[in-house]
Amino acid sequence: MRQDIFIVTDNRALGAGLYRMDLDGDTRGVRGEGDFVNLSVPEKYLRRPISVYRVRPGRMTIVYKSVGEGTHHMAQWAPGVRADVLTGLGTGYDAARSGEKPLLIGGGYGAASLYGLACALARAGKSPSVILGFNSAEEAVLLKDFVELRDLGSSVRVATRDGSAGVRGLVTDLIGDGAAQEYTSIYACGPLAMLRALAGKTTALPGQFSLEARMGCGFGACMGCTVGTTRGPARVCKEGPVFDKEEILWTQV
Amino acid sequence: MDTSVVLSGLKLDNPVLAASGTFGYGREYAELYDIDILGTFSFKGTTLEPRFGNAQPRIAECEAGMLNAVGLQNPGIDAVLREELPALASVFHKKLIANIGGFSLEEYKECCRRVDSAEQVGLIELNISCPNVHEGGMSFGTSPESAAAVTAAAKSVTSKPVYVKLSPNVTDVAAIAKACRTAGADGFSLINTLVGLRIDLRTGKPLLGNITGGLSGPAVFPVALRMVSQVAEAVDVPIIGMGGVSSAENVIEMMMAGATAVAIGSENLRNPYACRDIIRALPGVMERLGICRLASIIGCAVPREGLIPGFRCEHQ
Repeated sequence: MRQDIFIVTDNRALGAGLYRMDLDGDTRGVRGEGDFVNLSVPEKYLRRPISVYRVRPGRMTIVYKSVGEGTHHMAQWAPGVRADVLTGLGTGYDAARSGEKPLLIGGGYGAASLYGLACALARAGKSPSVILGFNSAEEAVLLKDFVELRDLGSSVRVATRDGSAGVRGLVTDLIGDGAAQEYTSIYACGPLAMLRALAGKTTALPGQFSLEARMGCGFGACMGCTVGTTRGPARVCKEGPVFDKEEILWTQV
Repeated sequence: MDTSVVLSGLKLDNPVLAASGTFGYGREYAELYDIDILGTFSFKGTTLEPRFGNAQPRIAECEAGMLNAVGLQNPGIDAVLREELPALASVFHKKLIANIGGFSLEEYKECCRRVDSAEQVGLIELNISCPNVHEGGMSFGTSPESAAAVTAAAKSVTSKPVYVKLSPNVTDVAAIAKACRTAGADGFSLINTLVGLRIDLRTGKPLLGNITGGLSGPAVFPVALRMVSQVAEAVDVPIIGMGGVSSAENVIEMMMAGATAVAIGSENLRNPYACRDIIRALPGVMERLGICRLASIIGCAVPREGLIPGFRCEHQ
């Protein structure tokens, strides 16, 4: 873990309450594949854990949804704002265990956590299949970025609850019964109900799921974000946020 | 500039401790800075058996503070003695405080008995004030009789100093402290968290899985000062003061209220370097206030018969 000051260089609304922020600073602690950073918001007592969208040396991009007071304040940050950020936190996706045909599933803004992984897998020639689920088309603001990965052999499908984009329905509707034959692994981030349903539908497919939790510290000290796993109690901020889906105890999340 | 203080024979280089529940078993912070600079720290509340703790969510926030409802998650005393303390020995070379929780007199007793043989433990902090467990925990700390019974049980099995961690969720904290003192308490820690509630406006349901949680952070600092001062007036043993302390100035104020040592809790969670920063700032604040020896200000604001509150630098 590191604590650094980052400078906001861009912060823009993407629509549907989502924002994308570029922050310049020491990115040595940032991996950009399902890891998160913990930002201090001066008006609020606790930090805000936000997943990293992508990173290159000296600049990281985060995508966040303005859902509460903390993220509402963040949405007001103008270029030049100095942000106190903890990086090098937790355990992200392990791309090395993807196999040749990984399936990536993002629900709502959970898609943000998967973008760096999708890039890494596509660059490694793994041709990831991506399925993104939204309530409606206007939420699909990150879709464009994933579509651009098509040139690298990635495919993208969309499900919306209201049918305004892609297939009408849920992401699970786009996964056939033969998923274990079709794919070599599954990576997912999104609402708990989606992850739970996915776990039930893909029991024969090895996978890594990213969990979300309210955190106190974000670096393993307070036990505020603990969930149950087959390895025993595990901290979303330290052993997670990404867990092997087989080890998650769904009665203790 | 003398920052040293003594807790029941345990000499501390400085009065700044990390509070139980915000510092784990020290490992996470040892990756960040040399934790030997601490006065000492109190490890995560530990029980006889391993505990998973409460359902999610366990954390909520408020103006100037937070609620937690972790529910004494811990790996159990045997795992702590077998794994955590040996791992800690390479990064922390001082005696630490063992925070012990329980659900029956027998459990407190057995846990203290096992801790008694741990070389690294300088004193035991009896947690009779956890508000986030439904039996035991705080229920022991809210009546003078049961608090005294736990104290006596612990004292009967250990030669280490026993400090009782008191709950602020009582009407007469001094009466409970006096009862524990009569039962043999060597000192006190206070305050634990105040029971609070937050509600999710979108669902109309309590935000925490446990419904209520313990309030900590700067919001509780004046309450903590008041209670430390009441206990300091009532008993003649050292107090570890805590509750919303977030600066070197707060440390000094807490000592003036009667604390011999001062623990930093929630502030560690917002700023992982909080204890280090406060320890570094302390001599400068002492100099500015004309305090040469920190131990000389302990309890200077506590009203005592025949004494006028206030302090004077001994060298002036």
